[in-house]
Amino acid sequence: MTLQVVTANRLDDGRAVFYSKNDEWHNSIDQASNIKAGDSADQLLVKASSEANQIVVVGAYLIDVEEVNGRCTPSKYREMIRTRGPSVRPDLGYQAK
Amino acid sequence: MYIYDDYDQKLVDERVEQFRDQVKRRISGELSEEDFRVLRLMNGVYLQLHAYMLRIAIPYGTIRTSQMRQFAYIARTYDKGYGHFSTRQNLQFNWPKLVEIPDILADLAKVQMHAIQTSGSCIRNTTTDQYAGAAIDEIEDPRPWCEIIRQWSTMHPEFTYLPRKFKMAVTGSASDRAAVAIHDIGLRMRKDEQGEVGFEVMVGGGLGRTPMIAKTICEFLPKEDLLSYLEAILRVYNQFGRRDNKYKARIKILVHEIGADKFANLVEKEWENIRDGVLQLPQDEIEEIKSHFSPPAFEALSEISPSHEEKLNSNQAFSYWVKNNVNEHKITGYSIVNISLKPIGGIPGDVTHQQMDCVADLADQYSFSEIRSTHEQNLVLPHVNTEDLFALWSVLDRFELATPNSGLITDLISCPGLDYCNLANSRSIPLAQKLSNRFGDLDLQHDIGKLQLKISGCINACTHHHVGHIGILGVDKRGEEFYQITLGGRADENAKVGKILGAAFPSEKIVDAVETVINTYLDLRTDKSETFLDAYARVGADPFKEALYGTR
Repeated sequence: MTLQVVTANRLDDGRAVFYSKNDEWHNSIDQASNIKAGDSADQLLVKASSEANQIVVVGAYLIDVEEVNGRCTPSKYREMIRTRGPSVRPDLGYQAK
Repeated sequence: MYIYDDYDQKLVDERVEQFRDQVKRRISGELSEEDFRVLRLMNGVYLQLHAYMLRIAIPYGTIRTSQMRQFAYIARTYDKGYGHFSTRQNLQFNWPKLVEIPDILADLAKVQMHAIQTSGSCIRNTTTDQYAGAAIDEIEDPRPWCEIIRQWSTMHPEFTYLPRKFKMAVTGSASDRAAVAIHDIGLRMRKDEQGEVGFEVMVGGGLGRTPMIAKTICEFLPKEDLLSYLEAILRVYNQFGRRDNKYKARIKILVHEIGADKFANLVEKEWENIRDGVLQLPQDEIEEIKSHFSPPAFEALSEISPSHEEKLNSNQAFSYWVKNNVNEHKITGYSIVNISLKPIGGIPGDVTHQQMDCVADLADQYSFSEIRSTHEQNLVLPHVNTEDLFALWSVLDRFELATPNSGLITDLISCPGLDYCNLANSRSIPLAQKLSNRFGDLDLQHDIGKLQLKISGCINACTHHHVGHIGILGVDKRGEEFYQITLGGRADENAKVGKILGAAFPSEKIVDAVETVINTYLDLRTDKSETFLDAYARVGADPFKEALYGTR
């Protein structure tokens, strides 16, 4: 069973953000809603791409995630880098906090 | 250096306010992202993995100290305290907030800088030799011609929506340090039989998915015809370049598909209609632009500086730095200083705001307030009194800017890769750091000799890996980072696309693979004077293939 999360970049500052069912965007992927890939994930993406969200975020899309040590982790390293920050600058991005 | 006139300043100031309004309308929802995207790209604003990225044009890589200080100010005020010099002599900030970018652009406009045409399907910033005006082998300073091209191409109404982006490079020297043959148009200054200086015009170079070396379509173009001829090329490209397929839209594909001769004929035909028109450059205009690039007030200096010689003999670290990072200047007693932005194990091209201020101060003190950025992601102080080198080096060393590796294997070029870039397939910087650490020993670097290593994180080839002596391309294989090795490329006056050696290596094996390539070279070279490229030209790829892949 593939799990998915909706992600995008925030419009005003460009930061990677993650979506939850209550129509909120979060800096941490841990606060995002994990949804089974398929219809329900597609519906969540439609909700995340609503007109109201067009002035909150840019380019919402679904990413595959898996649970690793109890934490939601993107399956692809590209997305993993987005959740953390540049791997070569641990002092920058979300990983710095 | 060129100083904006009222027209330039007004144009840039108005553009800032126009973009401020566009951002406001995007934030309010009046503009959709689809409508806004093209507008932000026209102003150099990309959206990357973690944030927006602002790419600032540095026309022909020439920077005044006031401009460098403004970069430092922007880095600490709006960004994360650093910037990144790109492989097109530009500067990129990786963390600006969209809502603050209009203020950044307004601050840039105060020092006559902007980000216009650093993205989009238009004519981009023209690049040139970082040693312009200082090089010993220079026929003529190419920067006035770059400035003339800048003025002609900025917001050119016909060429705002070309089939694809369009890049030009100019060299005024026999030694090509501007890699002109891998640009959409490459211009080489040369003399004709009467001693007149003009341009060899090359068209259709480029790398990416389809690497090609530019073809010469005009052996000698008189200077006054430069703009009309460029306009003719752009018109032919604009009319016949493909717009149906992004990957076949660059001018190199058009030149390749119809042939250089036919392309040249089309240009000639178009040129005949316009060559005697408004684009013909009047001599007084040329002289006016040239006056902005007059040589600084060089002193009459002696060839030998006893104090410099004494320091060379007494300080080995300084001596190594001079050996590797200092080049001969055309004026006796002066030197060209290469400031390496490649500390061992560091991030190629990154520079902190403190380092930017330091370089600006040093340029004011020692280099007639002139700084250059290079397409190899370094900086240059072009006009330094040789006697001042030790004092200059001492400060650079304190600011970690004195790595003595110019032109050596650790002076490697790397794109931001997947650590920042939305297009990348794999990371480049961590590999650059590992290679830098593996080959960091200076004695080893001296033994290996001059070598250009270039790492791209995707096939767009921002680092020109196809023309690296050793080129490395990052690829994604089933979600894993792999790296493919290319050997034998070169970007100089004998430009050549290298050959892919074989199957790609996983990230944990690529550093060893490069070391195997280097060790193979060290074993097979005739002697130390045979460079990596010379050895490769002599023996071909087979010994390297065998060392890496066995005899299968």
